[in-house]
Amino acid sequence: MLIGIVFWVLAVVAVAAGVAVFVADSMARATYALAVSFIAVGVQILLLQQSYLGLITILMMVMEMAVMAVYMVMFMGMNPALMPMDMTHGKKTAIGASVGAFVLLAGGALLIPWPQRRGEPPDELTHALGLEIMGEKMLVMAVIGPVMVATIVAGVVLAAGRTRYDRFGDDLHRRPGDDPQSGGVGR
Amino acid sequence: MPDDTVVTVAAGWGVLAAVLLCALAVFAVALDAVLSARAQGAGGGWAAPLSRAARLLRQRRRTTVAADTLLWRAGGAGMFVGAFLMVAVIPLGRWTLSDLSVGVVWFNAVDVMVWALVWLVGWGANSTHSLVGGYRFLAHGLAYELPLMFALVAPAIAAGSLRVADVAAAQDDLWFVVWMPVAFVVYLIGVMGFSVWGPFAPALASDIAGGVLAELSGVDRLVFLAGRYMFLAAGAAFSVPLFLGGGAGPVLPGWAWVLVKTVAVLAVLVWLRRKVPLMRPDRFMEIGWILLLPAAVVQDLVVSLIVVWEG
Repeated sequence: MLIGIVFWVLAVVAVAAGVAVFVADSMARATYALAVSFIAVGVQILLLQQSYLGLITILMMVMEMAVMAVYMVMFMGMNPALMPMDMTHGKKTAIGASVGAFVLLAGGALLIPWPQRRGEPPDELTHALGLEIMGEKMLVMAVIGPVMVATIVAGVVLAAGRTRYDRFGDDLHRRPGDDPQSGGVGR
Repeated sequence: MPDDTVVTVAAGWGVLAAVLLCALAVFAVALDAVLSARAQGAGGGWAAPLSRAARLLRQRRRTTVAADTLLWRAGGAGMFVGAFLMVAVIPLGRWTLSDLSVGVVWFNAVDVMVWALVWLVGWGANSTHSLVGGYRFLAHGLAYELPLMFALVAPAIAAGSLRVADVAAAQDDLWFVVWMPVAFVVYLIGVMGFSVWGPFAPALASDIAGGVLAELSGVDRLVFLAGRYMFLAAGAAFSVPLFLGGGAGPVLPGWAWVLVKTVAVLAVLVWLRRKVPLMRPDRFMEIGWILLLPAAVVQDLVVSLIVVWEG
């Protein structure tokens, strides 16, 4: 009973906050409306007794929205982010695509013949889930991890305007490096 | 040794936990005021929490043009509420409000909330100085949060559990602070970070007219500042089950030891404010990523190796 009430309240909050993302005329409100929506979803996951996944969802999403606030100012020229602005664009395409996706997913959820549960959930759900995800694929994951990091580093290196020659001089001997923003370690 | 089994108490005891947290925060304010007074050659200061709260409660609320009041108030109130959420998973001796199986992640999720809250307070006033303060805090956050997360990982690996009570119980033989000192130091730096305290106070610094605090007045300012001190106290309290053996100690009962250790850590954090210079966010970024993060990761590696070695 109580869980049912909490579920419905959270569901309404999640959807309402999701709508608010597009209705709000301020980038900050849209950002944190999205955060509220995700927090509601995270608590829903807690209701499913997936404590770790629920908390991680909340943690990641709040952090992500805070970082989004950084990007908001970094990359939006003339800072429209600080002024009231419309949160929507390409409306017809977007509405068409989202209604289509919703009908597809909701129709699928309602019409598909769901299988009956077989067996019981294990005691340590998170542990079992981790084994299920990682057990067979550990080697793949272990390889993909470094590859992803290397890709990120390579991407940043390629995107950066300055090279090591700008930092350390033509013969790479200048110490400390010539940085536009000096750091605290004094490299 | 006290009994390791942890009892989950009724939710009503949360009131006591809240009162204890407020008392710790009041202690921190008073100690800071006393140290300030002493540094200037004056005496007293113990009445500071009372007089400051009374002054702020009587102050008229300042309003600004086109303020985003909803987000502004939400940020300030969130700071106040967040600290209470944090102490919900800290066992007081053998009692705990919530014996959550992922208590360490809970702590981490709450401390990440501070990113959003401080920025929202900076944003809400529609004032340049406030917003600059909010962004200073986010820049600090980018630098202290990852080392803090990896510092939280070390005790969890050693205990083989994310349950706070298990982490405390795993220190029967040897406190974690002894064999993971780097993680402990990085953790305390993180606590000062999410409390906007000491070296991490440039978000509230006087060179930008108080930064996030610039337009905060009256009860809003009181709530924000109280939340900040309570986060400092909650961070100090969480270090006890994480690194300092929980309620372990001779003669006194477990709950008393938790409080004694919490007060000691809190006093050190308050004392440090006057001893460590403000860290500019751009400078600390490099310290965080080039010194603290690798140090914390190496600490995790060492802890993992020891755990595997001992089987």
